[in-house]
Amino acid sequence: MSSSAQTILDVRDLHTHFFLRRGVVKAVDGVSFTLRKGEVLGLVGESGCGKSLTALSVMRLLPKGAARTVQGEIVLDGENILKRTPAQMREIRGRKISMVLQDPQTSLNPVFSIGDQLREALLRRGPAKLKEIMKQAVAALRRVDIAAPEQRIGQYPHQMSGGMKQRVVGAIAISGEPEVLIADEPTTALDVTIQLQYLKLLKRLQRENGMAILFITHDFGVVARMCDRVAVMYAGRIVECGPVKQIFEAPSHPYTRALIASVPKMSGTRGRLTAIDGQPPSLMDLPVGCRFASRCAHVEQRCLEAYPGTTQIGADHTADCWKIGSI
Amino acid sequence: MKRYIARRLMQGAILLVMVAMIVFFLGRLTGNPVDLMLPEDATAEDREAMIKTLGLDGSVLDQFVIFVTNAVQGDLGRSIRMKQPAVEAFFDRLPNTLIIIPWALLLGMVAGIPLGVMAALNRGGLLDRFAGTVAVLGVAMPSFWLGVLLIFVFSVELGWLPSSRMGGPDHYVLPVITLGTFLVAGFMRITRSAMLEVMESEFVKLARIKGLAETTVIWKHCLRNALIPVLTLWGVFVGNLITGAIVTETVFAWPGIGRLTYEAVIYRDFPLLQAVIILKSILILTINLGVDILYAYVDPRIRLA
Amino acid sequence: MAVVDRPQSALPAAADTPRPFWRSLLTLRGGAGVRRTARVPWIPIVIISVIVVMAVFAPLLAPHSPIDQTLRDKMLPPAWMDGGKAKYLLGTDHFGRDILSRLIHGARVSLLVALLALTAGGGVGLLIGIVSGYVGGKVDAVLMRLVDAAFTFPAILFALLLAVTMGQGLGTLVIAISLLLWASFARVIRGEVLALRQRDFVALAKVRGCSTLRIMLTHILPNVLNTFMVLVTLNIGVVIIAEASLSFLGAGIPPPTPTWGLMISEGRGRIAEAWWVALIPGIAITLLVLSVNLFGDWLRDRLDPRLRQL
Repeated sequence: MSSSAQTILDVRDLHTHFFLRRGVVKAVDGVSFTLRKGEVLGLVGESGCGKSLTALSVMRLLPKGAARTVQGEIVLDGENILKRTPAQMREIRGRKISMVLQDPQTSLNPVFSIGDQLREALLRRGPAKLKEIMKQAVAALRRVDIAAPEQRIGQYPHQMSGGMKQRVVGAIAISGEPEVLIADEPTTALDVTIQLQYLKLLKRLQRENGMAILFITHDFGVVARMCDRVAVMYAGRIVECGPVKQIFEAPSHPYTRALIASVPKMSGTRGRLTAIDGQPPSLMDLPVGCRFASRCAHVEQRCLEAYPGTTQIGADHTADCWKIGSI
Repeated sequence: MKRYIARRLMQGAILLVMVAMIVFFLGRLTGNPVDLMLPEDATAEDREAMIKTLGLDGSVLDQFVIFVTNAVQGDLGRSIRMKQPAVEAFFDRLPNTLIIIPWALLLGMVAGIPLGVMAALNRGGLLDRFAGTVAVLGVAMPSFWLGVLLIFVFSVELGWLPSSRMGGPDHYVLPVITLGTFLVAGFMRITRSAMLEVMESEFVKLARIKGLAETTVIWKHCLRNALIPVLTLWGVFVGNLITGAIVTETVFAWPGIGRLTYEAVIYRDFPLLQAVIILKSILILTINLGVDILYAYVDPRIRLA
Repeated sequence: MAVVDRPQSALPAAADTPRPFWRSLLTLRGGAGVRRTARVPWIPIVIISVIVVMAVFAPLLAPHSPIDQTLRDKMLPPAWMDGGKAKYLLGTDHFGRDILSRLIHGARVSLLVALLALTAGGGVGLLIGIVSGYVGGKVDAVLMRLVDAAFTFPAILFALLLAVTMGQGLGTLVIAISLLLWASFARVIRGEVLALRQRDFVALAKVRGCSTLRIMLTHILPNVLNTFMVLVTLNIGVVIIAEASLSFLGAGIPPPTPTWGLMISEGRGRIAEAWWVALIPGIAITLLVLSVNLFGDWLRDRLDPRLRQL
């Protein structure tokens, strides 16, 4: 399977639950994946399937009181970080593992200048004099392709465009030189024209720093561009995982197939857009069997009775379905 | 920012004119304002003179013009009882009130804001409920009763603190507490709700992602943002303090503009009351303007717009 | 290239027309097992009921007349202290008047003033809010300016001015306190109306040819009643304290009618010798306002939690 010597992040059977008055939402219900050094792993799925919560669980930044990781292991560079105390977690946040959030409009504190916020992050590398830090801050901004960084340092978030803010967020995220970067839909809130630029920037930073990226998105186009491997998530679990090329050329899980089929293509005959009928199951009330069963064209009795085991399709390609090979 | 200030000034001016109009018309509501303006033992000549002064022999508009012209020149009538220009009486007493107001405000903030932060952090817990009780009590108790209660406990029974008039620092304690208690509840509530809202923000998440210490996250990132809505209430609170002072100064026989208002009411000294209202309105407007400017300065989104 | 997004299934679609407030109250135990319904604030309800009963049946309940003076029995402490007499359960004041009886009759005044002021001030605010919110345009702009002005200036001052120019009395007092209320009612109701204006049933009514007045009366008004009731309960405390304050300052109902504020004012000078005269009415005020506020908070949580920021 995967050579563990190169694995930087290994998530095993992760369960994170949301505790509401109405019931328990099993947002992350047995998620396992590995992230290797230097690779970009995409995590794809619809809104509400649990992708963001998986990310927050790994960072251990779940909303206190409302959500909790109830089971599983998160092994970062050989250590299960679920066992760390809050103070210990704080040590590695920003340094070993970092995150880029989705909405640039709200990610930055509106009352502090860009320089101020960058400085906070840079100081994590070690104490330094103000002048030195400011130089580093300017360099950091330049690195994310922000023009006239000396001026931008003193500016406030509301004086920048969304794309620029997102670059600043990126700069802040990598300033501690993390080994793992989680990107939670970083381009979703950006203009389409800016998205491509940002993705190129991320790719470049990733190569330069040798970071591993967990790239969360619902957009297959982004996956094609950015990712080496991709994991498809549905209703709290990963249903298929493999190299991008294989997933695109030969998707195995019915859900993955339906997703790829529903993507509008530039070439080919024009017809109606295919959509997937039905809705995902409520995460408070999950079925016993396969969760995609109610919407699957190939459903049979077995699918409703028990959750499918993991089938090995290729060297690095797995899917959870009873009917692999027969459809 | 300059445009902002200019606009606020304009609004203030309009409001002031409205107040003047309302006060003016209330004075003429009962038909014969002369009776309001003169002491009971006024002679027929006095009445004649007053009618002339007020311009009551002319139209209402003329009267208003006279009123405004006088006002602009600093003449807002003569106090019947104190036999001096109302404006003079006001400014004589103003410093005494201006001394206790900042202390009360300070008390409110020093007690209320940290309590609000703690309550937000401890949401649903014991501290939060304690803070909630304080808030609810602070609003339910009439401040004048609190003052009397404090006098009873600390002056009469314990004899620790004096109960009236100005004097040394110990004279300040009870009036300031009476005046400020209501504010503690107000500050606590607004700080708590502002903090709760800010704590959910994405930038707080980012601060945590950076690996900052929790105290930094709360006191630097959260509070700084939470204080902005708190600041907007300063204006309202000072307005409350100025009116609250009426009752507090009465209870403690404190010679400030609050007590002056009370005396004007008790002795039916209409010219004095009229002047006090207009002057207090100017005071409140000025303070509100100051608060708005401060607010605009503190929030970079407005300062650099 | 994007995946077609599907909405999350969990929540049921909300009904378009809002529920009337009495429906929410009646389904006290029902609903989808919402835990909060169990925490009915019984103590406040009991206190409020006791005071209402006191107010309504004052002449029957009070052991003595509230205004008769028995100078021989003046300044007696409450019955449980030394020198107290069972005849005067809460003691007497400096005119020999029974405190308990004055307290009971005072409840009557407080509640009456509250009722009238809330109806007048609340009613005016409701009307202005509906008109301003629904009609919009210049009317709205002007009315909101007035509301802003009302918020900036402490209405207590105008209340005092009214007392001096129009003389003390129930009418003046009610008008004065109404001045305190109308602006906040107007503002909140206007907000509600602005939201309601967009709803489908209003559009349907317009299509059917209903006049503006009719729409405001039959469609908008019933749907803001929820909010109005909550505002009323939240403001009872404000009104009671305002009335007490004005009475304390000598601008309320003139003596010898007993009002709680006046009692505190009268007792203040003799606090050293007879603390009960001034302190007991204050306890009554605090308890009543506390109960009313707690009840109002609970009601608001039941009917319309969106108003929580009030």
